[in-house]
Amino acid sequence: MNTATPIRETSKISVKDLNFYYGKFHALKGINLEIPEKKVTAFIGPSGCGKSTLLRVFNRMFELYPEQRAEGQIVLDGEDLLTSKKDVALLRAKVGMVFQKPTPFPMSIFDNIAFGVKLFENLNATDMEERVEWALRKAALWSEVKDKLSQSGAGLSGGQQQRLCIARGIAIKPEVLLLDEPCSALDPISTAKIEELITELKNDYTVVIVTHNMQQAARCSDYTAYMYLGDLMEFGSTEQMFFKPTRKETEDYITGRFG
Amino acid sequence: MPEKHLSTQFDSELSAVSTRVMELGGLVESQIRNAIYALSQFSAEVANQVTEAEARVNAMEVEIDRELSSIIGRRQPTARDLRLLIAISKTTANLERVGDEAEKIARMVRRIISSGAPRSLPSLELRVASDLASGLLRKALDAFARLDTSAAVAILKEDDLIDKEFDGFVRKLVTYMMEDPRMISPSLDLLFLAKAIERIGDHSKNIAEFIIYVVKGEDVRHTPMEQIESVVK
Repeated sequence: MNTATPIRETSKISVKDLNFYYGKFHALKGINLEIPEKKVTAFIGPSGCGKSTLLRVFNRMFELYPEQRAEGQIVLDGEDLLTSKKDVALLRAKVGMVFQKPTPFPMSIFDNIAFGVKLFENLNATDMEERVEWALRKAALWSEVKDKLSQSGAGLSGGQQQRLCIARGIAIKPEVLLLDEPCSALDPISTAKIEELITELKNDYTVVIVTHNMQQAARCSDYTAYMYLGDLMEFGSTEQMFFKPTRKETEDYITGRFG
Repeated sequence: MPEKHLSTQFDSELSAVSTRVMELGGLVESQIRNAIYALSQFSAEVANQVTEAEARVNAMEVEIDRELSSIIGRRQPTARDLRLLIAISKTTANLERVGDEAEKIARMVRRIISSGAPRSLPSLELRVASDLASGLLRKALDAFARLDTSAAVAILKEDDLIDKEFDGFVRKLVTYMMEDPRMISPSLDLLFLAKAIERIGDHSKNIAEFIIYVVKGEDVRHTPMEQIESVVK
């Protein structure tokens, strides 16, 4: 059952009748959803509800596995991502992703960020330095790493590594940033920094975040979607979802009555 | 709250604080009853009892607030849990104010007694209004315990009756005062008493509005009756 709430925002991604299958398993069931531009949209729901799956469809991550398939439409700026003939690497440059566990490349902090940029742009050394600094500043990491850019990214703390991954994600200037449980492995201080950063990032990007931490969704998102067993149960402003959700199922989950 | 949380501890915290509010409500109700009894019998002794018990009302308010802060701080409640806790907080504040009104009546009773001629006051209407008001508070507390929105709407309507009763009583007092200037001083006392009773009705009405807020998630304060009825339907 889907409730596609009309939202008075410019839509960045339109999901239309999206079905997704892991082999025979029907993981997403007829999802319809408009993700507003330059806002933070959070997906919540119990394990196995399909929220991470949906995120992985947004940048066609699932295509790495032959038994997985998606039906329907995901329209980004007028173009259906699922049928687009464009190079998938170009798509992912538009739709960046950050994962649950920090995944720094085994290279220097500087190269961690420059690596992605080099795939898409030909920048001279000065421009590249500027870009790296810009991305690290955006990710609120610059002041902590500016004196050790040549050191390995693996030497940073978990929270710093995750911000490095966000910096790497935004360095190629994507339009959409997908965050899959970005704080689940982090301490509260690093979490607070990332949440602060998410609020900052929505000035320039459309941010989609999947989180098990409901309070995190409540704190940093503008819109919240509740998913259950592959269905989109309810989608609305975060304020409404956490204060007066329309559906009883949503309220039961949000208030901890879900059993 | 019909369904249980995954955390039974959370459930027992919520039910414990709800029970405390009902206890406070019961205490405040008996304060009004005693204050009105003191008024009808001109009993300084009962009036003193009301004043003494006021400290317990205040202490219970503080205790409930402490429990609420603890639940909010530790559980980060959302949706109807959050609305319930906000409503409990506001209901508690309203009950404490009702307690203040009862104490005010008790104080006034003592003053009337010490001023001499208590028996000559036209206080029958007052008793009628005060029965209405204390009955309304009981209904509001019952409705809160059951989270009954249709009872809440009935309470809102009944409070309008008390307000009308108050207006009628004020007109009558004015007549008394015009007829006999010696009645001015005791009539002013009665006016203050009537005002206190009218306020009890207003607090009950506020509590009824919080019930609708918990159940429907709509803030119906300062809202016309037709609109409230359509929210509750």
